Amino acid sequence: MDILNRSAVELAGLIKNREVSALRVTDTFLERIEEVEPRVHAYVNVYSEAARASAKHIDEDIARSERVGSYAGVPMAIKDVLSTRGFNTTCGSRMLENFVPVYDATAVERVKAAGAVMLGKANMDEFAMGSSTENSYFGPTRNPWDLERVPGGSSGGSAAAVAAGEAPWALGSDTGGSIRQPASLCGIVGLKPTYGLVSRYGLVAFASSLDQVGPMTRNVSDCAALLGIVSGHDPRDSTSIEEPARDYLGKLTDDVKGMKVAIVKELSSEGIDPGVLEQIRATMDVLESLGVHTDEVSLPSFENGLSSYYLIAPAEASSNLARFDGVRYGYRAEGDFNDVWDMYDATRAEGFGPEVKRRIMLGTYALSAGYYDEYYAKAQKIRTLIVRDYGRAFDEYDLLVSPTSPTTAFKLGEKMDDPLTMYLSDICTIPVNLAGIPGLSLPCGLADGLPVGFQIMGPPLSEQKILNLAYALERETCFDPRPAGLGAEKVT
Amino acid sequence: MAISIEDVEHVAKLARLRLSAEEKDTFRRQLSDVLEHAAVISSVDTEGIPPTSHTLPMVNVFREDEIRPSLPVEEVISNAPWAEGGAFKVPRII
Amino acid sequence: MENETIIGLEIHTELNTNSKMFCGCEATFGGDPNTKTCPVCLGHPGSLPVMNREAVGDTILLALALNCGITERSIFHRKNYFYPDMPKDFQISQYDIPLSHDGWLEVEMEDYKRRVGITRVHLEEDTGKSVHIGESGRIHGAEHSLEDFNRAGIPLAEIVTEPDLRSPEEARAFMQMLRATLEYLGISDCKMEEGSLRCDANISIAVDGKMGTKVEIKNMNSFRAMFRALTYEEERQRFALKEGEVIVQETRHWDDDAGQTSPLRSKEEAFDYRYFPEPDLVPVEPDKAWVEAIKARMPELPVERLRRFEHKFGLQPEIANMLTSEKAMADYFEEAVVSGQDPVALAKWIAGDLAAMLKEATVPIEACPLKPHGLGELVALVAQRIISGKMAKEVLREAFETGKGPSEIVEAKGLSQIADGSEIESVVDEVIATNPDAANDMREGKEQALKFLMGQVMKKTRGKANPEMASDLIKKKLNAG
Repeated sequence: MDILNRSAVELAGLIKNREVSALRVTDTFLERIEEVEPRVHAYVNVYSEAARASAKHIDEDIARSERVGSYAGVPMAIKDVLSTRGFNTTCGSRMLENFVPVYDATAVERVKAAGAVMLGKANMDEFAMGSSTENSYFGPTRNPWDLERVPGGSSGGSAAAVAAGEAPWALGSDTGGSIRQPASLCGIVGLKPTYGLVSRYGLVAFASSLDQVGPMTRNVSDCAALLGIVSGHDPRDSTSIEEPARDYLGKLTDDVKGMKVAIVKELSSEGIDPGVLEQIRATMDVLESLGVHTDEVSLPSFENGLSSYYLIAPAEASSNLARFDGVRYGYRAEGDFNDVWDMYDATRAEGFGPEVKRRIMLGTYALSAGYYDEYYAKAQKIRTLIVRDYGRAFDEYDLLVSPTSPTTAFKLGEKMDDPLTMYLSDICTIPVNLAGIPGLSLPCGLADGLPVGFQIMGPPLSEQKILNLAYALERETCFDPRPAGLGAEKVT
Repeated sequence: MAISIEDVEHVAKLARLRLSAEEKDTFRRQLSDVLEHAAVISSVDTEGIPPTSHTLPMVNVFREDEIRPSLPVEEVISNAPWAEGGAFKVPRII
Repeated sequence: MENETIIGLEIHTELNTNSKMFCGCEATFGGDPNTKTCPVCLGHPGSLPVMNREAVGDTILLALALNCGITERSIFHRKNYFYPDMPKDFQISQYDIPLSHDGWLEVEMEDYKRRVGITRVHLEEDTGKSVHIGESGRIHGAEHSLEDFNRAGIPLAEIVTEPDLRSPEEARAFMQMLRATLEYLGISDCKMEEGSLRCDANISIAVDGKMGTKVEIKNMNSFRAMFRALTYEEERQRFALKEGEVIVQETRHWDDDAGQTSPLRSKEEAFDYRYFPEPDLVPVEPDKAWVEAIKARMPELPVERLRRFEHKFGLQPEIANMLTSEKAMADYFEEAVVSGQDPVALAKWIAGDLAAMLKEATVPIEACPLKPHGLGELVALVAQRIISGKMAKEVLREAFETGKGPSEIVEAKGLSQIADGSEIESVVDEVIATNPDAANDMREGKEQALKFLMGQVMKKTRGKANPEMASDLIKKKLNAG
């Protein structure tokens, strides 16, 4: 029986109906991991023993007709930015290399309750800062479509794992595009929910007012299912919306006739690769053929999105990362210190990588006396303009679209010399985080053999509509998420 | 917006990061670049525009004043680099 | 040169909620290190704060008691700085939009009142505690420190006064009034020794109306220490100014043993706290209904009770102040009044002998072995002349030490006074008869003789004669007015 090419929803059904055991499914993915991990390096840590034990337990429960979660036995990769009790949570950093949390993140609790089997923790840019997963202390992850290229970031490990068949689905996190951009570069589906829809409790904070946890999957149905599992109000997160968990999968439909969709002008012209643009335009045509009214809209404040983001996010991060000081947990520098201040300075110098230090410096500067108004406060006002631009656009249109990434996967090392070039990878995704609205990336075609992502954005809490449009497109374009060269059957 | 080495040193001190001379120089350049790029926003008219700290309109999120179980002390110090008798140990403060 | 001392205070008080400000850990004093902690108050990666409703309510109650305006929409800010007792290396506090603002508290001095402006009352979280290990156990000269986060996250109300205080006496009186207010509101243990009430001061000397340089004074761990520290600092600054020296704007640390302030030397950087709005919390907008409900639970405040004691019970301001400055003492007094005895007498006993005994034995009045009704009993015995005032003091001591009731003690020891006029008269007659010289002295107006004769009467009656009656009779019989 083919297991590696099944969707998570399909696997859930097969396991529940006892057509295949949870253990067999887990073993299949563990074997696949063993086979391709040396080349892909999607995981920081794989927990085969624990995964098999979980799977066996589920099989026993099913055999005894005990109640099990709706997705019992379906394996999952979890981005190493989410707190998992008893299992290392490294955040891709030396700072937390040996850190073992004492509690589970809410999102982790919920997937566990649904019966998910954690295969391991997925690799990421250190503390979620990056767009290529080259900033991981544990070495980069490689794009399954071309091992010389990056999978995107910061949830590069999660994206690569799903694309390479090392997990049927995964959880990622998105602050400026960290779910959507790697999904785009790896040819899978990724969704950043409305800010506050998924609890941040247990999500190691990067930029608190922008971070969200979200699903990364092979197809739209799985995405809807996983969103349904993790979303919904959590009293442990003060920024969690009073929304109940919803059945996005159950309500999924491809009937999108009459929807009004506009492409964002500022994100679809200069700065976007021609090959990418070609696929985006083609997808717009598909929408038309489905009875969707397409148009173009200008959102002028978007031009300032990148600048605002690179002031707000580092500022919040500089504060969030202050807690890594070698006192209560994590890395502490070795040596005889004159005083605790020396210990702090050495610990943080040795524990953090260069990109993290760069952003901490930038953020600290932006908040420091004399510069607050000019940088941080000003950036928060630009944010208001972006929110208003979106608001006006959504008065006229149901959804907005754009490319997810200005390019397809670039080569490892290509953008590491100049931070600014790397930051430009996020121009399409950042405004979504700044406005707190939902955004999904759907693979819509190939450009020079590499996946192109189509971004769909909607007003707050419009996930169902976004998923529906993505579902309709998916059925039309029939994009095959299996990378050529690292296919399920082939081993090269 | 050019940043000086002194600026870099001051910020590194606030952020408690020890930097090598080379790092200071690199950061000085890179931070200057980013801030210069970001400076475009200073020319945008934001008169009368309020800042957005949250994209949510929520207020008054509270919890009731109830006691919940604390962690056992073994778990608390389980990740401690240096501990003694249940307390975290640090080099002297002054 | 006209000198005026200008003092402003910054006070922190731990609120006595059941749980901490942002998590459900127990918010009590003490316990083995790190036994009342969780991922939130330890600052574990991924943890998030959720506000304690009761703490916000308590702070609003305090603000209302201090006549402050309640801010319509207030937010929390992050105050960023590194210190080993800080779980997140930032403190969740309030900055430019605090919960309340612009109030006042009036303080009674001996012959005037001082209205002290309250700039703001806001809410924040407490830090952990450092224990310094080294020779002296003090921070200077320590080898290393041990960090305990039991206290981290306990809700802290911060009260900032305008620089309206003009002397260390006023500062002390203000702190006492504030402490009493907190006690009456029931929102804090307010024990400076346990750290649930803390105070820092800013003090400067204005010369000829021109503002002086502010010096911050820290580490004043009791009312007495605060008074001594401010007195010392005031003197230091005045002397310096007289000598033509410049006062440096700095933070000085009070050393209670040495009896002086000295500059606080630390390796911390200049304080740039880089405040920005706390993104993990949403704003607080106390609605009218909530504020009204809080107002409704406002108890009688110390000043109100003071006035009531003066007007209703006819107490002198000084005694009324003494009683009302400690809620339990005022409660004790009012319970004793129920006995029907003279309030002025009851007050005198409580503020005088009883207070002294309690202090000596370090027993709080709540645990006083003599209950209020028992004191009423004692005062009744004196009023009925069954025992003398002097005897009553001894009975009080006995009651305090044994817990027995005054009547019981008087009866057991046969202490009742002889208040039977004829019985005393016969003794007086006898004494006059057996002491003719003294009697003659009395007739001649020598007052010392009265003392002697009284002594004889007391001797003969083994101290039980009612002194007033005996004295009256002696005077009458010897025609000495």
